[in-house]
Amino acid sequence: MMPTALPFWCSFALALCAAPLLPGIINRVKAKFAGRQGKPVLQLYYDLAKLLRKGAVISTSTTWVFAAGPVLSLATVFVALPLLPLGGFASPFAFQGDFLLAAYVLGLGRFFLILAALDTGSAFEGMGASREAAYAALAEPALFLCFLTLAGLGADEHIALHLSLSTMFTGTPSLAWLEARPEVLLLPLVLFLLLLVENCRIPIDDPNTHLELTMIHEVMVLDHSGPDLAFIHYAAALKLWFFSALLAGIVVPAIFSNPWVQLAVNSAAIAAVAVLVGVTESIMARVRLPRIAQLLGGAGALAALALMLTLIR
Amino acid sequence: MELFLVALALLVLTASFLAAASLVPQVPSIRLCVHIAGPAGIILACALGMAGLFHGSWGAVVPWQAPWGLPLGGGALALDGLSRCFLLPVFGLGAVCAFSGAASLFHHDIGHNIAAHWFFYTLLVLALALVLTARDSVFFLISWELMSLSPFFLIEFDDHEASVREASWVYLVAAHLGAVVLLGFFALAWHMGGSSSALFAGLSLSPAMGSALFVLALVGFGAKAGLAPMHIWLPEAHPAAPSHVSALLSGAMINAGLYGIFRTYTLLDIQGGTPAWWGWCLLLLGLGSALTGIIKASGQSNLKRLLAYSSVENMGIMLMGLGTGLIGMQTGHMGIATLGFAACLIHMINHAAFKGLLFLCAGEILHAVQTVRLDLLGGLQQRMPLLGAAFAVGAAAIICLPPLNGFAGEFVLALGLATGVTLPQMEIQLGLLAALTGLALVSGLAAATFAKAYGIAFLGEPRTRLAANPHLPTAYNLVPLAFPAAACLGLGLAAPQLFALVAQALPLPQEVLAPHTAPLRASLHTVVLVGLAGMGIVALLVLWRRHLLRGAYSQKNSTWGCGFQKGTARIQYTDASFTDPQTEVFSRLMGVQVQSSMDKGYFPAHASYSIEAPDRLRLRLYAPLFDAVRRLCDACKIIQSGRIHLYILYMLATLVALLLWGFAA
Repeated sequence: MMPTALPFWCSFALALCAAPLLPGIINRVKAKFAGRQGKPVLQLYYDLAKLLRKGAVISTSTTWVFAAGPVLSLATVFVALPLLPLGGFASPFAFQGDFLLAAYVLGLGRFFLILAALDTGSAFEGMGASREAAYAALAEPALFLCFLTLAGLGADEHIALHLSLSTMFTGTPSLAWLEARPEVLLLPLVLFLLLLVENCRIPIDDPNTHLELTMIHEVMVLDHSGPDLAFIHYAAALKLWFFSALLAGIVVPAIFSNPWVQLAVNSAAIAAVAVLVGVTESIMARVRLPRIAQLLGGAGALAALALMLTLIR
Repeated sequence: MELFLVALALLVLTASFLAAASLVPQVPSIRLCVHIAGPAGIILACALGMAGLFHGSWGAVVPWQAPWGLPLGGGALALDGLSRCFLLPVFGLGAVCAFSGAASLFHHDIGHNIAAHWFFYTLLVLALALVLTARDSVFFLISWELMSLSPFFLIEFDDHEASVREASWVYLVAAHLGAVVLLGFFALAWHMGGSSSALFAGLSLSPAMGSALFVLALVGFGAKAGLAPMHIWLPEAHPAAPSHVSALLSGAMINAGLYGIFRTYTLLDIQGGTPAWWGWCLLLLGLGSALTGIIKASGQSNLKRLLAYSSVENMGIMLMGLGTGLIGMQTGHMGIATLGFAACLIHMINHAAFKGLLFLCAGEILHAVQTVRLDLLGGLQQRMPLLGAAFAVGAAAIICLPPLNGFAGEFVLALGLATGVTLPQMEIQLGLLAALTGLALVSGLAAATFAKAYGIAFLGEPRTRLAANPHLPTAYNLVPLAFPAAACLGLGLAAPQLFALVAQALPLPQEVLAPHTAPLRASLHTVVLVGLAGMGIVALLVLWRRHLLRGAYSQKNSTWGCGFQKGTARIQYTDASFTDPQTEVFSRLMGVQVQSSMDKGYFPAHASYSIEAPDRLRLRLYAPLFDAVRRLCDACKIIQSGRIHLYILYMLATLVALLLWGFAA
């Protein structure tokens, strides 16, 4: 088992190490667009190292739930990430329906982060928590439709694990768009939008603004400091890697015989996603909050269209 | 079977003791005796019953015939896999809720006839056990009536409050409208089968007659299960009833409705196969109930109403499982059938654990703070950490988060629906996949709803003085919560074993099941392993965090207030503000009503704002309907003048009419 799983575990190690690079790349791209020099690409590493050394200010209103938020949000991404086929290699944990487990495990982390925000008793953080809960609920159907479309592409009872992420995001479904299945190209669009929602990027949320009335994720973690904040930042970077890996799993076909070339191409695709996020943030404005529901509805409709086109064979 | 019968006999004995005790004057010695002997008898009987369920093979059918007859029918009982699955919550919750109720009533029984309360409670548990095992139409209906009637007296515990009297009245009407339809169902089945027990031996019917029976069963049993649009009694009855009664009603009694639908399906043998629309009808009704339930739940500010609507949602999910199973059977895809039926039963058992826990927690909040209105609570986690932890476990379990127990049912159901992609017919594929998408929305909304329920009630700063200084629950109040909380965690980690147990009860031959159960058990094993690994990672991170913070300078301070350090608890987000983004999307479905008024002028002195989500189905459909019936009945009163000579005239007229009719014929 070990020799075949080696490239997968290397990809996992790469994800753990390189995930904080993604926000750095996004920031650098945004700085270039604005004609600035920008922060170092490794800025998040420095921030994490600094935060881990620091102490924390903990609100007197809070309980253990406040501390559980960051810990669970990091732990759940740790658990969800190896369920994905990383670097284009099937996960050793793959089983029928692992996409459900991955989605619900991420939901667990989100649930406790929302509770941690409510634990402070701050109106700002309540605002962020409420928005996060609502938009996550609306994003869920679109995400499931994407998974089902990919499952529908490779649908065959005789393929073991046809309802597993490892089959959906490697092998035949990834190749299908090269072979006259253009509807698959709708999925990267939907998944990209979901990436923006789940990772709180423009045009859904603005990770930079300090105007609480418009923020979602950033406002939820206002009271976290020190190691807690480091956990949250690192978990957010890993979650960005998770969704970028989903995108890379669709657009990069598994046609390379050398596993290391496959890994390199996949990683390059993930970096390209980060660049794309940076470009999107530079050329778009935040949409008004009531529009987000419409945006998510649109994403769901697109995914449903892709599913129907896939089923009409 | 012997242990089960002994348990029933013990319940009868307890009930007769309590009935006798309720009739004598309530002197302190009698009250003390009832306080101890009543719940103890129930708990002992439930423990015996539970032992009886696990005695022998789970799937085996063990019949028993009472040596005495009943008018029109016979006292036939039988235990089989399906009955055992549904009895599990009855005995489990029956004991836990009796324990919790004993702890809370011991100090709060002023002015109540406690013996009568425990008598009806015992009767409810007994009647539930009989309903789930009866194998004769008349016997079933008698048990059903007992089961429907006893909650009326349990709900009416605080009958000095007008709202409680009205709620129990709504319950009684709903229960009996359902029972009327069931009478029709059993009469028709008797007519077709030729004897009162023929239905329970399986009926072979034409599709038209079978469908008629199916629809009658769906309406009659669906009213008990609280399926939308017949759910309106749930959000009325649950907030009015004492919490240990709500827990039992929600976790065990409404399951009886689901049992009825499930059992009816297994008994009707339709010539030429089950009609395709049965499965779709159940799936659609289930999805409709789930969506209605959760959208209404998210708009509630009364915690017990919220939990009641969440029961509607969960019954919907169970019915979706049943519908999926039927569709799988009908399309000949046994894998989907296995997953659908199993999901229905797994979720039913799990729901009893977490919904029981949440209702009992709500009861403790009510004792501690005197209210369950979310906008009057807050900060309870700091003041009652154990109660808060128990509610957190229940909330995480009910929104199906791994590694807790709720995940298994939803996972199996979603997997069954997702297996639809492999079917050759596109319309079936689309139907199943659309249902899965709906389920995803339901689970997302459930997460938001219970984040609100726990977050607003337990976290942050207390919003009122009562919430700031709650009556702390005693150890006796908290110990009963440990059982369902342990079940939430234990059933989550024992998901493969639970599935194996449930698989023996499915209406499919074991040789058909075998190829489909093995892969699913493997999947569930992986889920459990991943859950355990996750717990390990959490433990490591907690230790690491503690280590990091030990070396560093940390301090406690007030929540960051944007430079404003004199914030009050009133600026916190409330339940209505928390659900505002959802309200914008689902306002039409949620039926939120906002009333606000403010004095005119530059310095308004008075302002009021209230937001609530009453059940529009009740106000717009049922209330006018019942009004119309009342007007009709009032109009008929015209013949009842109260004068004796008029009545004699009616008799004479009737006699003449009959004579004329006789001559004509």
